[in-house]
Amino acid sequence: MNKWDNNKAWFFILPVLVIVSFSAIIPLMTVVNYSVQDIFGPGQRLFVGVEWFKEVLLDGRLHEALWRQLAFSGLVLLIEMPLGIGIALMMPKKGWAASASLVILALPLLIPWNVIGTIWIIFTRPDIGLFGALVNSAGIAFDHTANAVDAWITLMLMEVWHWTPLVVLLAYAGLRAIPEAYYQAAKIDGASSWAIFRFIQLPKMRGVLTIALLLRFMDSFLIYAEPFVLTGGGPGNATTFLSIYLVKIAVGQFDLGPAAAFSLIYFLIILLFCWLFYQALQAVGTGEKS
Amino acid sequence: MSLKLKDITKLVGHDVHLKDINLEFESSSRYVVLGRTLAGKTSLLRIMAGLDRPSSGSIFAEGQDVTGVSVRKRSIAMVYQQFINYPSQTIYENIASPLKIHGLHKDEINKRVMEAASMLHIEHLLDRLPVELSGGQQQRTAIARALVKNVNLLLLDEPLVNLDYKLREELRDELQKIFIQRDSVVVYTTTEPTEALMLGGSVIVMDEGRVLQVGPTAEVYQNPSTTRVAEVFSDPPINFMDGEITDSQVRMKSGLNFSITTAMNNLEPGHYTFGIRSNRLSMTCGSDDHACIVGEVGLSEINGSETFIHFKHGNELLVVQDDGVHMHRVGNTVSVYVHPRNFYVFNSAGNLLISPEND
Repeated sequence: MNKWDNNKAWFFILPVLVIVSFSAIIPLMTVVNYSVQDIFGPGQRLFVGVEWFKEVLLDGRLHEALWRQLAFSGLVLLIEMPLGIGIALMMPKKGWAASASLVILALPLLIPWNVIGTIWIIFTRPDIGLFGALVNSAGIAFDHTANAVDAWITLMLMEVWHWTPLVVLLAYAGLRAIPEAYYQAAKIDGASSWAIFRFIQLPKMRGVLTIALLLRFMDSFLIYAEPFVLTGGGPGNATTFLSIYLVKIAVGQFDLGPAAAFSLIYFLIILLFCWLFYQALQAVGTGEKS
Repeated sequence: MSLKLKDITKLVGHDVHLKDINLEFESSSRYVVLGRTLAGKTSLLRIMAGLDRPSSGSIFAEGQDVTGVSVRKRSIAMVYQQFINYPSQTIYENIASPLKIHGLHKDEINKRVMEAASMLHIEHLLDRLPVELSGGQQQRTAIARALVKNVNLLLLDEPLVNLDYKLREELRDELQKIFIQRDSVVVYTTTEPTEALMLGGSVIVMDEGRVLQVGPTAEVYQNPSTTRVAEVFSDPPINFMDGEITDSQVRMKSGLNFSITTAMNNLEPGHYTFGIRSNRLSMTCGSDDHACIVGEVGLSEINGSETFIHFKHGNELLVVQDDGVHMHRVGNTVSVYVHPRNFYVFNSAGNLLISPEND
């Protein structure tokens, strides 16, 4: 029987097809469409081929934003992953203390991005902010609106405070899933705490840590609200990450063509990195040396 | 090494996990701890290993009190129900890990790993990772890791329970041979009477945190000291019937009557509990001495080459083991035969008075 004859099956995938079309395929194809045209106004457009891609790829400011973005995401992962694992290892294993610490940890995750930005702007203000005023009164000049390093420190604090709990929760779940017998066996072998971490806990957490790493990478690579609320990409261009720069082109200058080309490149970069991370983590500990 | 447990009690909150345990273990011997789930088998092993401290009582190794000694300082190895191996290390590294920690020379490690691996037939898997192996091979690795250390005390906590039937039989067979060669005290827990019988050695029957009976496995099987031991050490379950002994007759509550055997002659007339193993009931009448039990079939299960027929006789639910595969319809009437000398007789407190005569 020809498999195309069974038309009923199509009804089952129709809802998904409709939803995905509206949520992903149509917007994406619109972007693809824009990226190869020069748009002057409604109905006035010109096919320009790969012109915008060339322009965007050769844009020096985009290169700067990309390096800035990579440095930011790299730092985020370097701080949040070990910190998250460390906190998860120290957390109580059971009882009310475990529930309490889980709730407290989850609190930052519930706060909207722009609210986080506002909280930290006030917190780090040199004149009235608890943190800012304290640091300044200790003799260290700290002003995230004027100093690039200070802006980065503030952003990093924000990001770590906001998202490390996610890594902790995932790592904690991974740790709790390890049967007690593993620890007993290690104890009987005479293994040290480091050996237990290295040879039992870390390999057993690999799955959840892969997810944590991918989520944290994607999310930090797409960061927009925090720098936007904090300094709008400044001081200077110090916190102009890819998304901020993209919005400047698309909304600020209304250059839809280059912005669309930029978006596609941005998307491909994220896809590439996620694939690389995933491949690397899959190979770790399975003995395959790729 | 000899090991002695004296008055061991383990309480967790208000729960009694172990109560007044007194046991002695001789070196180069095998012990099977038999008991149902929650009987305290694992608690006992954990205390013997030094993973838990008893609430009261002491443990002596070679006459020396080792109650508080840390597990790291004892010479023990343990195998679990779950297949416990280091996930990111190869089979070779896994087996070698306890030796590496003790800082042995590389050649010595290599020699002993190879020895243990060949004993468990996993030489060809040494460069694989645990996830790449089947359950049986993973458990072989865990057992090899336990054997490689040459410990004084080898503990196995239901090691075969997560394996399929065929693998379990195969590995049990090999393990029995390996255990016999060992100088260590081997303690093996199980819930299965058949497994205990196959492993031989001595058996420790446990129930609700207490030791009910200790002795050579076959002897305990033949002479269970109480009805509870008989229950734990029977699969399918042993049949019990309440009855009365008069001057010359046994009258069961269910209506079954037969004349008493010579062994029962010495018993005072009165009420007793009679036990009969399902394999001592028969579907065929052997001789005139046999009593006939008539019942209604409730369930018939085919187990390999045997059929277990559950039937109702009066108010008693009984099981008979019939060799071969036979179909019995639910509700049919069956006649089951028994020779009176095959009955166990227990007094009203459940203590054994008479065992069946050996064939």
